[in-house]
Amino acid sequence: MSTAPGAGSGRLPEQPPAAHAEGIWKSFGRTRALEDVSLSVATGECHALVGRNGAGKSTLVGVLTGLLKPDRGTVELHGGPAPSPGDRTAWQARVACVYQRSMVVPSLSVGENIFLNRIEGAVVNWRSLRRRARQLLLDWGFDLDVDRPAGELSVEEKQIVEIARALSIGTRFLILDEPTSSLESKAIERLFERVRRMKQSGVAILYISHHLEEIYEICDRVTVLRDGMRIVTAPVAELDHDRLVGAMVGGEFLRAQQHEAEQTAEPEGEPRLRVENLTVRSPLGDAEDVSLEVSAGECVGLFGLRGSGSVAVADAVAGLLRPASGTILLNGRPLDPGKVDRAIAHGVGYVPEDRHARGFVPTLGVRENIALPIFERLSRFGLLPRSRTGTAARPLVERLQIVASGADQPVAELSGGNQQKVVVGRALASRPSLLVVVSPTVGVDVASKEALLGVIDEARLDGTAVLLVSDDLDELRICTRVLVVRRGGIVRELSTPPWDRQTLIAAAEGFGAAA
Amino acid sequence: MGPSDADRRRGRVRRGGVTEAAVDTTLEHRRGLRGASGRALFAWLRELALLPAIGVLVIVGIFSSPAFFTTSNFSNTAQGSAALGMVVVAETLILLTGSFDLSLQSIYGLAPMVGAWLVVSKDGHGLGTEWSPAVGILVALGIGAAVGLFNGVMVVKLRFNAFIFTLAMLILLAGIQQGIVSGQSVYNMPGSFVYLGSVYWLGFPLSAWVTIAVFFVAGLFLRYHRVGRAIYAIGGNLEAARAAGIKVDRIRIGVFCMAGMLGAIGGLMTAGQVLTVTANQGNNLIFTVFAAAVIGGIALEGGRGRMVGAFTGVVLLGMVNDVLVLRNTSTFWIDAVNGAIILVALALARAIGSIRA
Repeated sequence: MSTAPGAGSGRLPEQPPAAHAEGIWKSFGRTRALEDVSLSVATGECHALVGRNGAGKSTLVGVLTGLLKPDRGTVELHGGPAPSPGDRTAWQARVACVYQRSMVVPSLSVGENIFLNRIEGAVVNWRSLRRRARQLLLDWGFDLDVDRPAGELSVEEKQIVEIARALSIGTRFLILDEPTSSLESKAIERLFERVRRMKQSGVAILYISHHLEEIYEICDRVTVLRDGMRIVTAPVAELDHDRLVGAMVGGEFLRAQQHEAEQTAEPEGEPRLRVENLTVRSPLGDAEDVSLEVSAGECVGLFGLRGSGSVAVADAVAGLLRPASGTILLNGRPLDPGKVDRAIAHGVGYVPEDRHARGFVPTLGVRENIALPIFERLSRFGLLPRSRTGTAARPLVERLQIVASGADQPVAELSGGNQQKVVVGRALASRPSLLVVVSPTVGVDVASKEALLGVIDEARLDGTAVLLVSDDLDELRICTRVLVVRRGGIVRELSTPPWDRQTLIAAAEGFGAAA
Repeated sequence: MGPSDADRRRGRVRRGGVTEAAVDTTLEHRRGLRGASGRALFAWLRELALLPAIGVLVIVGIFSSPAFFTTSNFSNTAQGSAALGMVVVAETLILLTGSFDLSLQSIYGLAPMVGAWLVVSKDGHGLGTEWSPAVGILVALGIGAAVGLFNGVMVVKLRFNAFIFTLAMLILLAGIQQGIVSGQSVYNMPGSFVYLGSVYWLGFPLSAWVTIAVFFVAGLFLRYHRVGRAIYAIGGNLEAARAAGIKVDRIRIGVFCMAGMLGAIGGLMTAGQVLTVTANQGNNLIFTVFAAAVIGGIALEGGRGRMVGAFTGVVLLGMVNDVLVLRNTSTFWIDAVNGAIILVALALARAIGSIRA
């Protein structure tokens, strides 16, 4: 099934586009999600699809993969009309989408996952299945053991399994939805390498990402959606960064308005947070003997790659992990190790790394999600009238500009950017004296990012001490000091912004740590 | 840091130009305010999804038998459903936290059995200790609470799978219930021991009053008490509730314990009603309990559903049973008809539930 990579000849002008959507309209009830959107992805092209959360990207992907039926408009795949909506097999042979969240079955092996539901005959021929899986991975230059259980794989390797599965069906049009969002920088490089190789072999790729620099690196053309409409399609070389962002946000975005840390008076007196010789064991990377201080009005950035242990420090301060040794002092008093409720009562606000796993309760409304950490404080004799949680949540909803149909709209129904705002609102609800924030803007659009960073910066100017853990250099611009974490320890401290990208990355990757 | 400071800062942002996003947000807000009452209405509609079905049953009942639309029939049906309702409240609380306890049916059997066994004389197949009825009731409640606590600790703290662990408990407790009386029934219980299940207040069984009151209080508790709201948060996303500082383990175990006690009260109601505790009291009850909760809109995965819904589920099942009996449905077929009706109710509840946008 698999044609040898390299045999393809790139983009041929006479070849029909791999995917062509013409004049797509789609509404959900009264909400118009797509309005006359056309999109063409040529064979061997990597085509970027960008837009803020809610711009219509997911709907367009749904239409292109046959999961949604457009109200009007046509989809053509590889020059032929799209299969009928119910014919999943036909759709899968033409287009595949690799989603942000992995769809592999953890209990099955890599090989079984690749040929999932496509085993010929009634009896599994293990030998041939293994051989074919191995051959496929070899053909595309993917380095993966076909016998490993998929549950053991890293995020990157799971992604490879999904791509291999699509290619083995014969799909030559791939949609990658935020493929780099959980990858570390080396893995991102390898992903780009795979994308280039697939392009050369004639695979068309629709690449969805919030990280604009990635688009400039590997995409040929870019289409910008805004409010369900196509704003522009152009070769990436013809659209510079500012114009691209302008197209996404519609002129409301002024570069000069970006939040940057505004230095306050020198911190004096006892630091708000003092961490001494902290050692934490965590599956996401251990922290070893970390000491640091954060004062009121300071935003200390903890910059480290995935697995560096920076997140473990944050989790320990928030009380989610019990440290193996060391002390955490808040306003001079030691925090009970491993007790979240005590940490909150003492004034710690926390924005966890994974908002879906720990950030919000999808079934509850905006109001209650924000008020969650202060239920005890708000209630009288245990009773918690709606008005009290409403009064507590409303100012935060306004400050964060959370867009919801009402205070009781379940957070599951909100866009990613608004969900993240709810999580930040929840952390601020207790009026913390220390705010611990982990990657607060991961996976949100440009405007939401500005709003979130703005609110965190405002809290700092109001006198909150902020500890910001991030692997995103852009988030660090609201910091007043940056510590670089590598392999569980702090290897570098920078105290005067602007932060030099090269220095930070070099320190985090372990080059020039001695400098 | 006074308000003046904050104002000044906001002013600075505004001078940077009011953004489109900000304007959009305020508009959305205004629209949202109107949408909010609509959402509340839909939520109620969903809770009352079973009302049409109950209405149909009333009509069928009226046409089935002249005995249907009478006070004595309603009061009998209410008495028959009261004990079930008690266990449904118990299971609903646990389901909302995202877990479940199968052994509630055995608590419902074992707790009154042990209570009665210690109270009743040897003639009534008691142990012969002839303790005072008050102590017997306390023992029954204590057994409920203790078993609930034990299940809670094992499932929450030691992370046993709730299904397999509470199933084992179900079998074990039912076995003890049979064993201590060698399969015989305990009877001749003193009046105060059976008071809850046998007395009428204002022409209506006390057990029904109590169950209605418990439903009402549990509903208010879930809606207006911080622990009630925390239960929804835990069922909706346990890790998020934990990260927000909610004492997740304590609340979950507490709910198991409370549910055990409610199950024991349900068992005492039945004991009082039939004036005996049989060795197999509680057999198969848990299926009806789950059916009532689920057709009442309680989500098995936790975090969704309300007591009102569970209450309508109990009422519906009670009336189905009543109508079947009044229509002289063959006893051998009652289970089959019951099952079919539960399926129809489920489909109906789903259809109405999905209208909610």
